[in-house]
Formats: sequence, structure tokens, C-alpha cells
Amino acid sequence: MDDNKVMMLGNEAIARGAYEAGVKVSAAYPGTPSTEISENLVKYKDELYCEWSPNEKVAMEVAIGASFAGVRSLASMKHVGVNVAADPLYSMSYIGVTGGLVLVAADDPGLYSSQNEQDSRMVARAAHVAVIEPSDSAEAKDYIKFAYELSEKYDTPVIFRTTTRLSHSQGLVTLEDRLDIADKPYERNPAKNIMMPGFAKMRHVVVEEREKRLAEDSCDFPINRVEMRDTSIGFITSGIPYQYVREALPDASVLKLGLVNPLPRRLIEDFASKVDKLYVFEELDPVIETQVRSWGIEVTGKEIFTVQGEYSANLLRKAVLKQDPGAVKAEVPNRPPILCPGCPHRSAFTVLSKLKIHAAGDIGCYTLGAVPPLSVIDTTVCMGSSISSLHGMEKAKGKDYIKNWVAVIGDSTFMHTGVNSLMNLVYNQGTGTVMILDNSTTGMTGHQDHAATGKTLQGDIVPAINIMELCRAIGVRHVYEVDVFDVEKLEETIKREVARDEVSVIITKTPCVLLNRTPVTHTCQVDEEKCKKCGMCLRPGCPAVTKTADGTTRIDTTMCNGCGLCKSQCKFGAIVDVPV
Amino acid sequence: METRNIMIVGVGGQGTLLTSRILGGVMLGAGYDVKMSEVHGMAQRGGSVVTYVRYGEAVAEPIVEEGQADVLIAFEQLEALRYAHFLKKDGVIIINTQKIDPMPVVIGAAEYPEGIIDGLKKDHEVIAVDAMEEALKLGNPKVFNVIVLGVAARHMDFAKEQWLEVIEKTVKSKFIEINRKAFETGYGL
Repeated sequence: MDDNKVMMLGNEAIARGAYEAGVKVSAAYPGTPSTEISENLVKYKDELYCEWSPNEKVAMEVAIGASFAGVRSLASMKHVGVNVAADPLYSMSYIGVTGGLVLVAADDPGLYSSQNEQDSRMVARAAHVAVIEPSDSAEAKDYIKFAYELSEKYDTPVIFRTTTRLSHSQGLVTLEDRLDIADKPYERNPAKNIMMPGFAKMRHVVVEEREKRLAEDSCDFPINRVEMRDTSIGFITSGIPYQYVREALPDASVLKLGLVNPLPRRLIEDFASKVDKLYVFEELDPVIETQVRSWGIEVTGKEIFTVQGEYSANLLRKAVLKQDPGAVKAEVPNRPPILCPGCPHRSAFTVLSKLKIHAAGDIGCYTLGAVPPLSVIDTTVCMGSSISSLHGMEKAKGKDYIKNWVAVIGDSTFMHTGVNSLMNLVYNQGTGTVMILDNSTTGMTGHQDHAATGKTLQGDIVPAINIMELCRAIGVRHVYEVDVFDVEKLEETIKREVARDEVSVIITKTPCVLLNRTPVTHTCQVDEEKCKKCGMCLRPGCPAVTKTADGTTRIDTTMCNGCGLCKSQCKFGAIVDVPV
Repeated sequence: METRNIMIVGVGGQGTLLTSRILGGVMLGAGYDVKMSEVHGMAQRGGSVVTYVRYGEAVAEPIVEEGQADVLIAFEQLEALRYAHFLKKDGVIIINTQKIDPMPVVIGAAEYPEGIIDGLKKDHEVIAVDAMEEALKLGNPKVFNVIVLGVAARHMDFAKEQWLEVIEKTVKSKFIEINRKAFETGYGL
């Protein structure tokens, strides 16, 4: 087999493509399904720079700065991260680029790991930036190189749209050499690079013209490809859905769009005129369909294809071919994701649950504290919202209203945008209690460093921001650090602080159980003689702890890592540590 | 040749990713076009996870759909049942007999279904194996997944040496020996 052909995850291929395109600076905040882009790009750190930024807005601005300085740059984030980065993105559309600038937006149809199912193409349309979308790993690598050419040729940032399925699927990729792209010389250009009203007004005209020109030129782009086969059925499609069309209707004609904003109108009209029945097959919002329809073209789309979730070849077989795959799904209990055995969050939630305290939640593994049996988290909106939304509740109803509430936020999320909310809490005289569940990592996305861990994406050891001192510097007078598995101390601290008429921060500093795994020295086991079958040990909802048919508890020693939370719940001393 | 479809299902943390990478490596080595699809992120935290491996002359979609799997490798009984409808009529299930209660069962909101393996046998060829017990015998419960893979390998068209070669290239060097033993154990069951 050809040595230059390797299997790559979509995200790995995006990283490889950025490397080959000569990218010199990359900035990102981790978020499923985008995280592996930076994790793979850092392998080329001898030839480029990459960082985890505290949030997507900062990441975007770092990439923008690199573009100003004349080099090709990359910012990558999940779809909701694009909202955070929207402010610089919209202005950068007006400014354009010096070095090519690409923002990878990773959408999540099917909500594998997200709080909504938004379609980044809608953001791109609003911001008037081009969108390129690949259909597999090979295209991911090739198209992102084209994205940089486009960015520089048309003086525009480009959104490179991927989805969970593309990002997390592997396919064959042919490796090529890294391009030697000369840095662009710097020239001061206030009318282009300073977005104040007088200049921006003129730039808006340029943006509109650019979009028209791009739409026209894109009719001839090789990434917009017409595949004429049987003309009785034609599909306009892009991204992963293209593969489903090829799978279910291999004989159908296809207009496969690589550039999905702006649309190549002439090409679409021509294709539509050559097929008898035209479908638009696109996941999430009817972005292509609505525009095609507005041009007076008869098309079938969202009336038979859903706006929700992922598509499939079977969806086409059912909706277009009227075939029934005939597979009957068994009725089985769900298996939702859960906190891991030994997870420090479980201990914090067990205490909050016991105290019947509600939590304004945030984005991270700890969102799982919302589900039974813990059921502690009442609200989850977006990154950083726990602290500010608790503040809003207090301002609406008074300080007594939040005496049985806390805000719960992770360390990475706190550094992302939570810190702004804490500033506001102090500044506007709130009294809320904030629990920072500091597990020393960005957990849910698979352990990425951040400004408070003391290590960078490139592996450099750096001074860690001390969260406790940061809170104090903001003006919080009551900041406490507690070992999360010391449940008595934690309970006492929470009780005391929620009663206080001042802002408090409780930091539970205990590393994620999956981080720097040390060998398990002991596991917890049940002394069946002493077990009173009361079920207290089941309350934390640890998957290693289950009830047997006779009501006694059983602990799965292959899962248990001896955190001792169940043991702390047992009043009868029936759970004991057993050395491994 | 028609594209062949394999699914690996289990509980997040059981090592479906490693197993699919070994599978993919073997098929790639045999000169096929391969596409695989995986689950990362929140669902991996103890949730139901599925990975798809497809190989053939030219593979379009990266997922396996209902009614199309040739082989279903299940690391846990309930997950076998959950995805059984993905199998073709003549498809085969390799199932690890381990049971892991999902949270609705732990808290008493649902019952763990009884008689899963016998039920599946009515419609499918089922090969059941207690891989966890075998793994404990080898002294490392984590390698049960490679034991299951060894069992599955006997039902696929690749030589044992091809599998072992890919295992050596895929796992960290200090775990090569135990994974090799695990594969051999499964292959010999």
C-alpha cells in the first residue's frame, strides 16, 4: 500500500490540511466535535504555533492577529463556540484578511455532545463569509487547503464547516508536503483594518460585492461538482449527506456543493433544468433549499427530510424510495452517559443533594449532575452562565431566594467566561455561592489544559493561574478550598456559605479520575454481614455500586477505584477498603 | 465485492475505539478502502457507544445502518440487544456476557432484560463468551475487549498473523504482550 495513504479522523485530516496549507498560527478552545483538530495540529509544533485559548472569542482574535501579521492562521471550535467568537468574526468579514484566515465550525447534528443543534451556515450567511464543507477525510484535507487560497484571493475569512459525523469518522487521506507560503508584508491600512463607522460603511459595500463575485466565480470551482447520471432524480447536497445519497441512490444525478455559501446560482439553475425531480438533501436548517426555492426552482426538501438530527441512507430509502428497511428495534432501557466511578463531581453533588440545594449548572461533565439519582442541577444554558444566571435570580427575587442555591462551574469553564460573571457578582453586590469544581482539566472533551493547569497545548510548563487568588483579586472575600471527598467538611462549608450575605467561592480541588491515572491501590467492597440493605450507598449513583436480588449492595471491583464516597455514606461500616 | 459492515457496541470506557482501530488497520493492510465512525465526547462517559467499520472496494458512507451489519461485536449484553436490529438476517453477533446496569436500572426505574442471549439466538447466529473472566485470568480486566476481538476474528476473512501485526502497531509498546495474549486467548476459544 502507498505509504502516503493513511487513515485519518476527519479532524486529523483538517489538521493535516492546515499544516500542508502552511498555517503558522492556530488557536482554539476545546469542544466536541472540534477538539482533535488542535490535538493533531500540535504534532507539527516544530513548524507552527498552536494554543488552547481561554475561549473561542480569544482564539478567533489570536487567529485574526496572525492574519494581520501576514501568515495563514486557523481558529477551530464547536458550533456554539462560534457564537462566542461571533463578535470578531462579523467584523473580520468587513476587514478581510492579510494572511489567509479559516475558522473551523464543528456542528453537531444529533446533539452527541452539545446543548443545541444550531447550523453554522446560518451564522456564515449573517456574517457574509464563505463556507466550505467537505464530505470525508480526504476532502477535509484537500478542501481546507483550497479554503486558504479562497480566503486570500477573495479577501475574506472562510468558515470550514464540519459535523460530528465527519469529524469523528476515519477515511483514507493522501499526505502531501507542506506548502512554503511567504508571509505577506505588513501595510498600515486604517480604512480596511479599523472598523469605525466611517470605514465600516465603505467596507460593507466591499463585502456585498465580494459575495456576489464569489457566488458567480464558484460556478466554476472544482469543489462544486456536477455528477450527471440518471436524470430522473437529481440531488443538491453537500458534506456527509452526499455519502448517504451515493449509498442509497447510486444512480441519481448529484450536484455536490463544496462551497455552501454563497451558492453558485447559475450552476444550480443549470442542474435543476437537467433533472426531472430535484431534491435538496442537507442536515439541519433548509439553508440551500430556501435560497434555491427563492429563485423559483421547484424542489423537494424539508417537507420530507427532517430539520432534526443526523441523516442516513435509510432516511432516503424511506422518504424517496419508499422502502422499509424492516428492522425492528428492541425495547431496552436507555444508557445515558454518567459520571465515571471515582468522579470528584459525584461527591460534590452527593453533598448538595443531601442538603437539598439547587444548582445553576454550567457546561462540562458535571452537567450530568442533572439526572437521577443526583438531580442537583436545575439549569444549564451555556459556557459561564451558572454564576450570572444565579445572580439574575437573586436580583429578581432577593437574596433569601437563593439561600438554597449554588452556581456550579468547572475550572476550564470558569476560565472560559465564568470569571466575567464572578466579576459581575462582586461588582453588583450579589450574595451567591459559587462552587468551582476544579478537576484540573477540561474533562468532558478529553483532558485539555487551560490557563489554570500550568501546561500549554504545546507541552510547555508555565505558571498556572491560581483560581483562589484570582477570585480574591476580583474581590471575593470568602474563598475556600475543600477536598471534594471530605464530605463532612464540604457539607459544613456549603451550609455556612449559602447562609452568608456575601459572595462566596468554594473550590473543590480534586483532579479528574481519568487524569494522570495512578494505579488503584484499593477498592471498596461490601461486608455482607454488616450490610443493612438501607440503600444509602446507592444514592451517589456510582455505576460500580449496584443492588443484588436480596437487597445487599455489590461493588464491581473492575470499575471501582476506591474513592470511598459510597463508604462515606454507610452508617454501619459495611463498606471496607480492600487492597488490590 | 460488496462493502462489509462491522459494528462494535458497548459502554463508554470499554475500549470500542481501540478495537475499531485494530479492525480498521487489518482491513487497510489487506488493501481495502476503509471508513470508520466513532463516538467521542460526552457520550463516552459510561453511555451507550457504537463504532462502525466498513470496508470494500470503495466505501461511501462511514456508518452502518439498520439491517446492514455483517458482524456485531457487543461488549455488553444490553448493548447487543439495543443494536441487534442493525444486523443482516445472516449476520453474526459476538457477545461478551458481561452485564453492566445502566443508570435507569441502578435507580430502579427500569429492569435489566432477562434472557438476552437466548432471545438473540432465535434470529441470529450468536457466539457468547465470558471475556471478562478470561481477562481476569490473564491478570488484566482491561484486555477483555481484545479477547472479544479474537473471538470475532475467527469469523472474518483475515489471517491471525495479520491481526497480531496490527495489534503490535496499534497498542502502546508496554501493552503489546498482554494484548497479544488476549487476542490469542479469544482466537482459541
